[in-house]
Amino acid sequence: MTTKATGRSTGRAAPKATARQACSHWANRHRKWLFAAPAMIFVALLIAIPLAWTVYLSLTDTQGSVRAESEFVGFANYLQVFRDTDRFWPAMLRTFTFTSGALAAEMVLGMGIALLLWRPFKGEKWVRVAILLPLVATPVAVGMMWRLIFDPNIGFANQLLSWVGLPAQPWLSGRESALPTLMFVDVWQWTPMIVLILLAGLTSLSDEPDEAARIDGANAWQRFRFVTLPLLRSTVVVALVLRGIDALKTFDILYATKGKGGGSFNEAETLNVYAYGLSFDYNDYGIASTVLVLFFLIIIALMWMVTYRRKEKQS
Amino acid sequence: MTDTVTSKARPESPLLESTVPNSPSPRRPRKPRAYPIFRVVCLTLTVLLFIAPLVWMLVASFKTNVDINDSGKTFIFTPTLDNYANVLSRNNYFGFIFNSFWVALWSTVLSLLLGVPAAYAMSRFTMRRSAMVVLMARIIPGVSLLVPWYFIFANLRLVGGFGVLVLSHMFVALPLIVYIMMSFFDSLPTELEDAAQVDGLTPIGAFRRITLPLSVPGIATASILSFIFSWNNFMFALVLSGANTKTLPVAIFNFVSYASIDWGSLMAAAIIVTLPIMVIALFTQKYVVSGLTAGATKG
Repeated sequence: MTTKATGRSTGRAAPKATARQACSHWANRHRKWLFAAPAMIFVALLIAIPLAWTVYLSLTDTQGSVRAESEFVGFANYLQVFRDTDRFWPAMLRTFTFTSGALAAEMVLGMGIALLLWRPFKGEKWVRVAILLPLVATPVAVGMMWRLIFDPNIGFANQLLSWVGLPAQPWLSGRESALPTLMFVDVWQWTPMIVLILLAGLTSLSDEPDEAARIDGANAWQRFRFVTLPLLRSTVVVALVLRGIDALKTFDILYATKGKGGGSFNEAETLNVYAYGLSFDYNDYGIASTVLVLFFLIIIALMWMVTYRRKEKQS
Repeated sequence: MTDTVTSKARPESPLLESTVPNSPSPRRPRKPRAYPIFRVVCLTLTVLLFIAPLVWMLVASFKTNVDINDSGKTFIFTPTLDNYANVLSRNNYFGFIFNSFWVALWSTVLSLLLGVPAAYAMSRFTMRRSAMVVLMARIIPGVSLLVPWYFIFANLRLVGGFGVLVLSHMFVALPLIVYIMMSFFDSLPTELEDAAQVDGLTPIGAFRRITLPLSVPGIATASILSFIFSWNNFMFALVLSGANTKTLPVAIFNFVSYASIDWGSLMAAAIIVTLPIMVIALFTQKYVVSGLTAGATKG
């Protein structure tokens, strides 16, 4: 509306100016899509074509090169992947163990630390700096750092154990202990993220409900459980979703510490690492694409479940 | 070990605090001694747990490999700069630093150009569905795009150049910027824009002259985070970078493919990649935190 008014009031100049004016008029009228479209087209092009191609590849037996002679095999790859109890299902299990374990630890610890930091205190600044550092550290460098600390022979972790009198552990190089150790590394790096998000939520809460409950005689646990936590619900969900997506897709620290295939026994191979290995270490594009399509569907399904259940509860 | 300590923190602190539920001034319980001490202990442990590994990495980067292998020299040793000299001079790390910086810079600048107007439109016209299109980039696993990207870009003879790296890192930066800027614009009142339009500016003019200058804090937040995430990105560069465009994380990863690991130099390299980003984060702490927590409180 305002656009029209300005267009008319100054639009009586030479024809050149009118052309410019018309142009600006048009731009202002369509600014919604003029602004939004470039970013959307950029993302859509980078996603849509590759995704369609990945879906197509998953229906073929392409190997070696994407443009090699290949046959359309329908859902044979999917059948093969579903029957693959050697690599696919263990990788799936590891993905969920890793994600749920790390996520649970991060939420509990993150909530604990956020509550400790909630009320202002002296030296708060330093604690905040300390929790910010792991968060911004480059994951590959973090992986290398923990590789040295957890080295069975020269690492500090085993040295620490020997001081306390405990036996040395294989940590990252153990077949059973690799995944829990990597979960620990993930918790170390990403708990601060949860702390920051929850802390932002906590500081945005008003004091009144808490005070009211206190006056009514609720103890601190009750106040946390029945007052603070329900008020914080949406923040907790945001933290869970943001962190959950990234945890499912964890690649950097796994690949940096365990290398191809998640170690010699595939002990740290998640779906993402498996798909990467199939694509770029073995060039088995058909199967790789199948795994990726399934992986993507799982992420979408989880996302949908979380947001859908949230909407149900709200309405 | 420390995990259990901190997780116990919650159930215990309440009991201590709740000894005086009916106290007239609830902020000052009569027996306040135990909780503050408990809190200090827990926070100290937390800080130690988060900082100690980083300190360890820093310390190891000043040790010779002989000292790293010697458990008697855990804390007492003669510091050396050899590792840094080795990494910087013999392994061409200055080149990798430049590559990382260049890619992070351009992907951030270009993503801002695309992302800020998009976030503005999506916020002002509540285009949630369109926003989802952009945010899809954050959800989708990067590997599923890499195979097609690699072959499309290889056919265009782009693999190994800066362009394709910038493009792939924009894919990380753009959703981040849109997400942060959307929540920034959501919280920015529209009154000033409206007033500017009443005074004769076009909507785009109002955006350019009023909203953009007001958005400097939001744009700073978005750029810093986008720079950090691009700097830290590993997977895209691992596949798409060439010998001349290798970024720091890839360079560090290649360090360990040799038979025996040169731990001292590896730690020096790890410090070289993390230190700049940590310094940036420390000086811009406020922005980093507000970016990481963007959109978290409005539900």
